[in-house]
Amino acid sequence: MRATVSALVRKDLLLELRARESVPAMCLFSLTTFILFHFGLNRSSLEGDLAAGVLWVTLLFAAILGVNRLFVAEREQGGFDGFLLAPVDRSAMFLAKAAALLSYLAIVELVAVPAFVLLLLGPAPGAGTIATLIGVIALVDLGVAAIGTLASALAIQTRARDLIVPLVALPLLVPATIAATRATAPLLAAHAQGPAGKWLVVLALYDAVFALLAYALFDFLLED
Amino acid sequence: MTHLPVATTPAIELDGLTRRYGERAALAKLSLTLETGRSLAVFGPNGAGKSTLLRVLATLLRPHEGSARVLGYSLPRDGWAVRGKLGLLGHDPLLYLDLTARENLRYHARLHRTAPQRVEDLLETVGVHRRADEPLRTLSRGMVQRVAVCRAVLHDPELLLLDEPRSHLDPAAAELVEPLIGRTAKRSNGEPRTRVLASHDPAGGLAEADHALGLRAGSSVFQSAASELDPARIKELYA
Repeated sequence: MRATVSALVRKDLLLELRARESVPAMCLFSLTTFILFHFGLNRSSLEGDLAAGVLWVTLLFAAILGVNRLFVAEREQGGFDGFLLAPVDRSAMFLAKAAALLSYLAIVELVAVPAFVLLLLGPAPGAGTIATLIGVIALVDLGVAAIGTLASALAIQTRARDLIVPLVALPLLVPATIAATRATAPLLAAHAQGPAGKWLVVLALYDAVFALLAYALFDFLLED
Repeated sequence: MTHLPVATTPAIELDGLTRRYGERAALAKLSLTLETGRSLAVFGPNGAGKSTLLRVLATLLRPHEGSARVLGYSLPRDGWAVRGKLGLLGHDPLLYLDLTARENLRYHARLHRTAPQRVEDLLETVGVHRRADEPLRTLSRGMVQRVAVCRAVLHDPELLLLDEPRSHLDPAAAELVEPLIGRTAKRSNGEPRTRVLASHDPAGGLAEADHALGLRAGSSVFQSAASELDPARIKELYA
C-alpha cells in the first residue's frame, strides 16, 4: 500500500509541477481576496474574530479551487482506468489524493498567511503565536484534505463538477470553519492569547470522523 | 449458445452476459469460450458492443446479467485477482500527456511492481527511447500509441485486450509492436498470450486470430474459427 500511495503522490506532484493548474491559481486567489478585503473593509488592520474569519474563509475558498481539479487528469486522461487495471488497493488513491491536496494547501498557506499578516493584520504575531497557528492550520488542512478528496471524487463523476464540489464540500466544512475561527481568534486578538483548547479537540475529532468516513466511502465512488 | 472449440483450459468463459447503459443493452446474452493462448477477433460496426465487451473482460464494467469467467476467476466477484494479469489497449492511451513516456511507464511499473529495466527495454523495442524524456503532449499520436502498447504489456499479462491496436501506427511502427501484441506475441515464460482483438479490418483481423466473433447491437451474429469464416460475412455486419 505504501509503495502504491508513494507512486500516486509522486505522479500527482509531477503533474502539478508540469501543468501548474492548481497551486498558482489557489495562491493568486488568496492574495487577490486579501487585497480586496484590505480595500473593501477600509481598515488598516483586523484582529480577533474578524481576522480569523477573513483568513479561514479565504483559505477554504482557495482550497475549493484545488479540490475542483484534483481528479481532472484521472478523468480526462484515463488515469482512473490505468489505476483500476493495476492489482492495488483502491484506497491507495484516496490516501494519495488527500496527501497531494494537503501538500497543495501547505504551499498555498506558505504564501497566503504571510500576505494576510502584511495586508490585514496589525502587529506581526510572535514566534509562539505563529507556532500555535501552524498547529491549527495543520489540523484544519487534514479535515479539508479528507472532505475535499471525497467531494472531488464524487463530483468528477458528474458533468457539473465545478458546481458539485462547493455544494458538497462547503456544507461539510462548516464545522471545521467554526472550530478553526474559534481556535484562531484568540491568537489574532490585539493581545494574543493561547487557542481555545476545546476547539482544537473539536477539530481533531472532526478530522478523525470525516477521514474515516471518506476512506470508507471512497471505494464505492470508483465502482462502475 | 455457440461455443468455440475447446482445446485447453478456457481463458474466457461468458454465459448469457448482458451489460446495459440505461435501458439500452450494449451486450445482450453473449456466450462464448476462448481457450488459453488463442486469439479472438471481434468484428462489428460502431456501437455493436466491442469496446464494452473488452471493458467487461478488463473488470472496468460490471456484467448486469449472466456469468463471466476470466483466467478462471468469476467477475465481478474476483475482479481483484484478474487485475494485473491482463493488459488493455483501448482507444484512449491511458497515459498522462504532461508526463514523459518514461515517467508514465515508470508510474505504471510501480503500480504493477515491475522492474524499471523492463521500461527501458520496452522503450527501446518500440523505438521511443530517444524521445522518452519529452512530454507526451509534444509527441505524435502514433508515438503515444507506441507508449500505450508498452503500458499494456509492461507487466507481462496473460490476457491482452486490444481495441484497434494499430490505429495511428504507420507500417514500420506496426512492425515494431508486432512481437508485443501481434499473433506471435509471447509471454516472458515463452507461452503465447491469449488475445481478444476488436477490429474493423476483416482481412487483417482474421489473419491474426484463431476465432472470430461478429457483433451487432450487442448480440452475437456469428462465432466461428477464423480460417473457416468467409470475410463477406464480416462485411454483412456493416451493411
